[in-house]
Amino acid sequence: MSLQEVFQEISAADFFYRNRDIAGFTNPSRAIYSTIRELVENSLDACEIREIPPEIYLRVSHESGPTEGPGIYRVHIEDNGIGIPADIVPSAFGQVLFGSKYKLRQTRGTFGLGGKMALLYGQITTHGKATITSSVGPTKIHQYELAIDIQKNRPLILNHRTIPNQDRWHGTVIEFSTEADYTRAMPKILEYLMQTAIVAPYASITYVDPRGRLYRFDRATLKMPKPPLETLPHPYGVDVETMRRLIDVAKEHTMVDFLKNNFHRVGKTIATSFLQQVNIPNKKNPKKLTPDEIVQLVNGMKNFKFLPPDASCLSPLGEELLEAGIRKELSPEFVSVYQRKPSAYSGFPFIIEVGVAYGGQIEQGQGVKLFRFANKIPLLFDEASDVSWKVVNGGIDWRHYKVSPDMPIAVFVHICSTKVPYKTVGKEFIADRPDVEREIVNALREVSRQLSLFLSKKINLAHDKRRLDVFEKYLPKIATFSAKLAKKKPVDVTPLLKGVLRHEEQEDEGSEEI
Amino acid sequence: MKNKKTKAAKRSNRAEEKRTVVLSSLKDLGEQLYAQLSHKQWPAVKMPSRSITNINYDKHVRQYVLGDHYVNRSARNIRHVRPLTQLVWTGSFVNELSSERKTSTLRDVFYSAQAYEMSFTDQAESDDIITDLETVLGHSREDFNVFPEERSAIFGDLTIQYTVPGYEGKTLNLSSHPDGMMIGPALTNAEFVECKADKIIAIEKGGLFTRFIEERVHEKFKALLIHTAGQAPRATRALLRRMNNELGLPVYIFCDADPWGMHIANVIISGSANAAHLRDLNTPDAKWAGVWASDIVDYKLPSDPLTDLDIKRLYELDKDPRYEGKLWKQEIQTFLKVKRKSEQEAFSRYGLAYIVDKYLPAKLKELG
Repeated sequence: MSLQEVFQEISAADFFYRNRDIAGFTNPSRAIYSTIRELVENSLDACEIREIPPEIYLRVSHESGPTEGPGIYRVHIEDNGIGIPADIVPSAFGQVLFGSKYKLRQTRGTFGLGGKMALLYGQITTHGKATITSSVGPTKIHQYELAIDIQKNRPLILNHRTIPNQDRWHGTVIEFSTEADYTRAMPKILEYLMQTAIVAPYASITYVDPRGRLYRFDRATLKMPKPPLETLPHPYGVDVETMRRLIDVAKEHTMVDFLKNNFHRVGKTIATSFLQQVNIPNKKNPKKLTPDEIVQLVNGMKNFKFLPPDASCLSPLGEELLEAGIRKELSPEFVSVYQRKPSAYSGFPFIIEVGVAYGGQIEQGQGVKLFRFANKIPLLFDEASDVSWKVVNGGIDWRHYKVSPDMPIAVFVHICSTKVPYKTVGKEFIADRPDVEREIVNALREVSRQLSLFLSKKINLAHDKRRLDVFEKYLPKIATFSAKLAKKKPVDVTPLLKGVLRHEEQEDEGSEEI
Repeated sequence: MKNKKTKAAKRSNRAEEKRTVVLSSLKDLGEQLYAQLSHKQWPAVKMPSRSITNINYDKHVRQYVLGDHYVNRSARNIRHVRPLTQLVWTGSFVNELSSERKTSTLRDVFYSAQAYEMSFTDQAESDDIITDLETVLGHSREDFNVFPEERSAIFGDLTIQYTVPGYEGKTLNLSSHPDGMMIGPALTNAEFVECKADKIIAIEKGGLFTRFIEERVHEKFKALLIHTAGQAPRATRALLRRMNNELGLPVYIFCDADPWGMHIANVIISGSANAAHLRDLNTPDAKWAGVWASDIVDYKLPSDPLTDLDIKRLYELDKDPRYEGKLWKQEIQTFLKVKRKSEQEAFSRYGLAYIVDKYLPAKLKELG
């Protein structure tokens, strides 16, 4: 693809250097959070693509400067992913917007930007270099010392050596220094790792923090979700610019072939009838379309009834794994999970998976706690702007499901999509698209029904317990005092107490209250 | 003379007999629950309902009585098990009181419960349970030695004999102290030995009670004086009835001339709805002697206008079955007509002795 060249012309590295807010590097606190997040996600992606159970080791250590407030920290991350071919390593880490993520496929990142932003931020705050060690599995491990030439958006290779790889190790190790306000970022970082462990229950993550404390998130299963397939863009999701670029690189000579080969779920029959509707000849060479015709084509696509996108390009977690993740990190008393059938918004397929859990380590008294995930990434910021928040706080009538605000209840919402409908470039919350909202509501209703059954049972048990407590308290007293009045020895009330619960149904017939 | 003595001997057993009856009905209650428990049945107590729909006025006994609705307070019902336990505890508590000839107060019962991990939420709850016990046993709480805090007083030439422990056999003339004698448990349980009075005058206000003693009303009119201290406590109402019955003394009641004063007289005569489950607390033959609404006019008493609340109360009383007599109806109408009220003390405008020298003889004569 030549898309990267288009971006290169404006020096992407320079652009992001000047606009680092966009990628989540606003300040030293946010930067260390984003750094860790991007590195962990790249590592997970590198494992999942070939269904390797991830084994991630992360270490952040204090290097210099104050420990309260911004200081210099060393970040080290290792994974057992597929590794990066030696010749690509410099570009993969030293050139912004180089990567494998331009095709439409569900991945954590979208532009292959985050990992490089982390290195870029480290470089501009410490003037240091990054050490990248990687192998795809053969006999050699390649180690590079790299920096980024920001103006030219080119990697600067400062050193390159190879190490024998007797164990056929594959994976990537990245180490560099960066400015960070670790103390402030710490709660979010730990929360991020814990939530990642929920949404990737097949991953083992080890984290050593700057004070030497070890956090271990063990995997609960070796089962992994099917890796996503690449897919062509769906006609509903194409704009004029994308169409122009597709035409630029098209090798087809007729419109029918062009549509058939470049669009998701478009075959010859559909292409033909669509072209007829927009008044473009079947045999027309795509390269010869006038700008007006391209606009006409794109607008026509929005109004034509194409087949909905299929979800083979999505890699949802699945009910079993979602439940495993929730159970292993929160050990709740009750979990219910549900996966909706694939749906689509604006031509982008998506799947909603939800879970609801009660008890265990879920905090109590804060209302319903919401865990949000998008393409297996935990979303920790701007919760109140998220469509899930809107659904949980208003879209669902919790009382209907016997939920009261003081209960320890958590809701999990995972959206998988080739294009997650983030509302802003910050990528921290999902826009309230009606299609997405509807799917979340329906999914949550499903699990809430299960929750409601569980709560009923629990409430009944508590009710029974309370009843028994009352009778256990008073019946012996009645026995004692009546015996005292009758001048006899108290009667044993145990047989009556045994019948307490069986008598419940008779209670309401009772008698008139005074 | 001989006849009088046997009467006195009979009387001296009265308190003891009552005590035996109460203790035996408490034992019955215990045995009933004990039997249920030993038959593996849920203990339950049946009692007349005291709900407002079950309170009727009985023209025969001239007081409110309970109808034939019953409630079954069963331990099987989770809403009943606590009040039932409280009822049995209260029973065993007053059983101890009566057995040991001790007395207690409503407040005392409330606190005593806490020693048995039986605590009541508030005194209203414990008072209510005591009322339940009265209903179950058919005896008023004074009979099982639980007394309210409020006390009224009596003064006059009546000699009583104590029955309470430590004082058994001792006698006292109720004119021995010029402030009057407090009507407490000891007096309530005392026997009447000798009475030189031929009538009883019950007075609402303490000031007037003292005035009557100072003006020697007890001598001039051969009267026993009772200070009701507002609405007469049940012990006082019971005592009035006893004196009316046992000594054959007519009872005259003097209260303020307003609906509230009038009602003090009416409760002494006809009893209260709250005590519909009890007998022997009213004195049907007692007479409301004043101050009437018509007296305000006839004696040109200083008066105040009736408030809205007073007028509302009058309309309520007008519908009350206890106010059926001609006198009641007539006076309610007069109140509503003149729209004024007066206190007993209003007679003082004619001098301190006027009420005793002029008004009282005229009233007693009028009532026969």
